[in-house]
Amino acid sequence: MATKPKSAKKAPIKATKAEMLAFYREMLLIRRFEEKAGQLYGMGKIAGFCHLYIGQEAVVTGMQACLKEGDQVITGYRDHGHMLACGMDPNGVMAELTGRIGGLSRGKGGSMHMFSKEKNFYGGHGIVGAQVPLGTGLAFANKYRGNDNVSLAYFGDGAANQGQVYEAFNMASLWKLPVVYVIENNMYAMGTSVERHASETELYKRGISFEIEGEEVDGMDVLAVREAGEKAVKHARSGKGPYILEMKTYRYRGHSMSDPAKYRKREEVDDIRSHHDPIDGLKGQILELGHATEDDLKKIDNEIKAIVKEAADFSLESPEPDPSELWTDVLIEEAV
Amino acid sequence: MSVDILMPALSPTMEEGTLSKWLKKEGDAIKSGDVIAEIETDKATMEVEAVDEGVLARIVVPEGTEGVKVNAVIAVLAADGEDVSKAAPSKPKEDKAEAKSEEGEVKEAKKAVPQEEDPRPKAPEQPRAAIVKDTSLPEGTTFTDTTVRDALRDAMAEEMRKDERVFVMGEEVAQYQGAYKVTRELLQEFGERRVVDTPITEHGFAGLGVGAAFAGLRPIVEFMTFNFAMQAIDQIINSAAKTLYMSGGQMGCPIVFRGPNGAASRVGAQHSQDYSAWYAQIPGLKVIAPYDAADAKGLLKAAIRDPNPVVFLEHELLYGQSFPVPDVEDYIVPIGKAAVKREGTDVTLVAHSRMVGFALQAAERLAEEGISAEVIDLRTLRPLDTDTVVESVKKTNRLVCCEEGWRFMGVGAEIAATVVAEAFDYLDAPPVRVHQKDVPLPYAANLEALSLPNADDIVAAARKVCEGAF
Repeated sequence: MATKPKSAKKAPIKATKAEMLAFYREMLLIRRFEEKAGQLYGMGKIAGFCHLYIGQEAVVTGMQACLKEGDQVITGYRDHGHMLACGMDPNGVMAELTGRIGGLSRGKGGSMHMFSKEKNFYGGHGIVGAQVPLGTGLAFANKYRGNDNVSLAYFGDGAANQGQVYEAFNMASLWKLPVVYVIENNMYAMGTSVERHASETELYKRGISFEIEGEEVDGMDVLAVREAGEKAVKHARSGKGPYILEMKTYRYRGHSMSDPAKYRKREEVDDIRSHHDPIDGLKGQILELGHATEDDLKKIDNEIKAIVKEAADFSLESPEPDPSELWTDVLIEEAV
Repeated sequence: MSVDILMPALSPTMEEGTLSKWLKKEGDAIKSGDVIAEIETDKATMEVEAVDEGVLARIVVPEGTEGVKVNAVIAVLAADGEDVSKAAPSKPKEDKAEAKSEEGEVKEAKKAVPQEEDPRPKAPEQPRAAIVKDTSLPEGTTFTDTTVRDALRDAMAEEMRKDERVFVMGEEVAQYQGAYKVTRELLQEFGERRVVDTPITEHGFAGLGVGAAFAGLRPIVEFMTFNFAMQAIDQIINSAAKTLYMSGGQMGCPIVFRGPNGAASRVGAQHSQDYSAWYAQIPGLKVIAPYDAADAKGLLKAAIRDPNPVVFLEHELLYGQSFPVPDVEDYIVPIGKAAVKREGTDVTLVAHSRMVGFALQAAERLAEEGISAEVIDLRTLRPLDTDTVVESVKKTNRLVCCEEGWRFMGVGAEIAATVVAEAFDYLDAPPVRVHQKDVPLPYAANLEALSLPNADDIVAAARKVCEGAF
């Protein structure tokens, strides 16, 4: 019954079949990749800190669809999804997690520190909030060069309280820099809920005193994200300065792998998972519109599983870096 | 094919745990994301989520079992359509890389008995830095007396003319013409696109500069003083210095952080700190601290062209001093090369920045007493030209290290340790350090004077290392 009008609450779907299937594939890749990373962590193959993006897939998938060649992306430490969405090689990302030479940083960065000049991904930063001035600097470079590229600076609700974020907001607005600040509000700064860490919990209002427009977006709905993202990116690209998008989202797993997540109830997680899952939501729309059958989607699932399996295999087969790598890349050696 | 469910490591340090509770029983269907068990570690109780889908065929480790090792098989999952009764744990795989089995450990232990060679992997030796050659001036070069302030200004202006990517930003650098007038007239020549007044937000604009450098511009970030750069030190170290390494060589950061460092005059403790040792400790940075105007100019030009992040430490009390600067086009001084500012045979005085002036004064006075002092200006603190210092000590057999900062964990400690390691047999006396007293810099004129090192202190130190020799 594809012709039946949708419920009055829902906005009409503004996406083509191809776009919806591409979003489905992208989100699923991130989900399966992260599940595999969690598994490899449990096996002791990935060590240290490992922050999974499961539950937040719609945010980066929808935003990436708003960008054009040359636009830059920067984020914090929950970064695997952003890298996959930027088109970075899943094998290289996974092998960095296992600390191997085939990793995108040759095993020297780890989960929180990967970069790709080619894909315009500027990290991967482990210090909460540091990416916000850095991303503003990317925008400064675009304006300096007089191109029409924009940068996306992602950060979480926890980072939204860092002082340097507001220093960056001030300069971005003052100088009309083409940057979109994407606040991924997953409700918890590590273990502290937004109500307990933020005096103003509606984070999209945080730009008001800098005259930066902001809006709240359903970060569990990839199409809503894309729609808001396009508006924000257009705003920045047209020379009007920065824009804030607060993505209401949720992470299913703990802050990092070592988080027992005792600060929230299992029922809360289950509720979001059962009723607001970004992948299930899009899947329902795809099936309802007749864009694909269960079997078609199963085929995509299997393709994604194969990609992720290959990434995991690669990440375990790739050797550790040669000891000589210890001394390389500290400085660029180049005659002045 | 059945899938083993392994005891997961739930934290970076976990080796074993208690399987306190099974939330699924044999025969239950399991979806990815379902919580199947609870595990207690020494820190917390954690939930185990399923990654694969299927039917829980067998529970291998019953609930209540303590001391379950990470990676032990705790249950077996039958895949869709598989016969549950036939699912069995797979044989443990040999993992040569880890050799964790007890048998393996015993073998290792036996092998280790003769202890002829330490079996642990060794770090390869640090490669020696290439030897840097100093600039030689053509014969007949003329010189013009120039203040350090103008030399720095000229360096920036020359590089900005040469390279469109170079811009300068900081507090009061444009309309005000620089808090210390180092950026005088740059705004008039280059306009506000390339000479950028910032708000008083060091952390923010340092980070913004680093981001612009990642994107390929060549920012010069001026701190009104390095005391204020403490607000920004996270961006300087964590973002600028470490990213090249963490990116496996992809993401360079060609940026210069510059401004006055150290004590000015009667401005109190918060505005009077020498950060030489702080920044010089960081791999991934280059750190420069020149004394005279020619070096200030040549080194700043080199710093702006360098593809790495450079911390350029100036000195407010030198800005107004004049020195001869060679009248050559594009005068560059190589980073990483110390300069012998005065030759001598009896004692080596090592200094940088303003202390070089005191060392030269001290050498003059020592000469009157018959002590011939060699004065080395380090110029660059990282990479440190230890060869020049060691060669000098091999000749003089005595060392005095001079710095304006505190002694504790300081630049002098590093120099002395290097000389002791590399030229121990040449030393006729223990090295002596000259430095600021171990207190925050006082405001009162008399206390401030007592706290800061000067030429008298260097003369006294040189006499001490030469005691009994003449």
